[in-house]
Amino acid sequence: MKMDNSFSAVMARKPEIIRNAVGVDYSKFESGSIAFDYEAMMASTGYSLEDVIEIQRGFSIGNTPLIELKNITSLVRKLSKTGYGARIFVKDEAANPSGSFKVRRAATSIHHAKRMGYPGAISATSGNYGAAVASCCAKSGLPCIVVQECYDSRGVGQPEIIEKARKCEALGAEVVQLSVGPELFYTVLRMLEDTGYFNASLYTAFGIAGIETLGWEIAKQCRLEIGREPDVVVCTNAGGGNLTGTARGLQKANCVPQIVAASVNLKGLHMASDTQFNKKSFTTGHTGFGMPFSTWPDRSDVPRSAARPLRYMDRYVTVSQGEVFYTTELLARLEGIERGPAGNTSLAAAISIAQELPEDQIVVVQETEYTGAGKHGSAQLSFARQNGIRVSFGDPKDETAGESIVLPAHPSLLHAVDVDLDHMRRSLITHAASTVEHAPTAEDFAFLAMETKSNEAFVRGTLR
Amino acid sequence: MAKKGDWVRIHSIILQPGERAAAVPEDTRQVPLELWTKGYLAADTPLGGEATVTTRTGRVVSGTLTDEAPHYSHSFGDFVPELQQAGDDAFRFLFGGGKK
Repeated sequence: MKMDNSFSAVMARKPEIIRNAVGVDYSKFESGSIAFDYEAMMASTGYSLEDVIEIQRGFSIGNTPLIELKNITSLVRKLSKTGYGARIFVKDEAANPSGSFKVRRAATSIHHAKRMGYPGAISATSGNYGAAVASCCAKSGLPCIVVQECYDSRGVGQPEIIEKARKCEALGAEVVQLSVGPELFYTVLRMLEDTGYFNASLYTAFGIAGIETLGWEIAKQCRLEIGREPDVVVCTNAGGGNLTGTARGLQKANCVPQIVAASVNLKGLHMASDTQFNKKSFTTGHTGFGMPFSTWPDRSDVPRSAARPLRYMDRYVTVSQGEVFYTTELLARLEGIERGPAGNTSLAAAISIAQELPEDQIVVVQETEYTGAGKHGSAQLSFARQNGIRVSFGDPKDETAGESIVLPAHPSLLHAVDVDLDHMRRSLITHAASTVEHAPTAEDFAFLAMETKSNEAFVRGTLR
Repeated sequence: MAKKGDWVRIHSIILQPGERAAAVPEDTRQVPLELWTKGYLAADTPLGGEATVTTRTGRVVSGTLTDEAPHYSHSFGDFVPELQQAGDDAFRFLFGGGKK
């Protein structure tokens, strides 16, 4: 009998397709109410932190340098009041095989896919994760398909995404490109069904366990190389996995810095809009993913996302597109290190945050990413201009996403803007409560306190 | 005319405007969901003709032939004077030295 491949029929088969393609039965973690056993899900990979370190060593992943940005720190101190301006360090994740931290995320998944006998792997991503999966598949001898959202209805593609397609192909992957729309997931489900490949989702416990090594290494390197615990770790936040995995790894090393999320502010742009798709100059690390995935993580392609950033976040700040391009220039010009713009979102925030902290404190920026044609300030700002965006110097607070990009006229204008984290916590709690018909159970209250790094009184207050 | 065995790019429509997901914004709902992929051509086909290809992972898929020997042409874009000036200004702010 021929399979019904209509949109509704395929979406109806989603639970079964995902179960087969990930090999995880998510129902066993469920309580039947709001709560589910997150830690049991994380442990269900069967891989300990030590196992993951060993797997990553096999892929030549990790142990990236922790670089002190001495000149940027000097710049920060010129802008700070006397005695202020924390030391800024960056974890140079671009040194990984695929050019970003995302390969940590891919390694456990692909190792597992190979071990379980899957004939290949599929990844749905327009970001660095595609190259990460392609890299691990190449090393593992597995075929790989990367599905990207890439073009608007005029057939115009984001230069950054096109570069990522090139890199995926260079590493051997088949790249399937789509026009704008969340139905990308429908296409992926059909391919998973047709090929029997593993779904190398960004949001499984395999993926997040892979990022724990990043937090673990930061703790280890700060102790050995600096002789001091990090005071603040800044993570670029989109889907939440980067922050979740890093924070969990730090915790496993008994290291408890303040965890700050940073996203590029794309307020006002709809991520699924055909006409707005090419009005943005960042395709990841932005609020268009950061906000919805923080306040409702289970919108991902697996029933329960392992990326749950509000569990670990102490502070959330936004920076503008212009500030990140400017920071990318600072890194090149003052430190002699040329890296991709999107990965410098957290560095832009760190330059602002370090000014609030005494000189002896340490701020760690936990990633960089590779740069190249398309994935570069000049490529992305030229593209912005071609799409009608005004690019100028001024005060970044005057930037309007989709209309203008404002490069700071002076480094003193770099300013991370705080997001109301309690508001986000309340949003998650309210949404969670709306998913069940009954009043939350005692277990649910405790769960939601964990989910939001708050307490039961806060949860009860929100739902009163 | 692309020859059998050539490396080509094909295009297809996955969902027509009327078939788009309910949650999609209005502007996106008015256009189809399109797909592009690449593979080795099964038979001689003219540009714009219906083609069947075998992809790098061995999938056999069909669509309209859009490119023969597709290549990348993305670049570092145009010269963006503001970026150069931003870097140079910051360098002078930190290390000193007058404007040229």
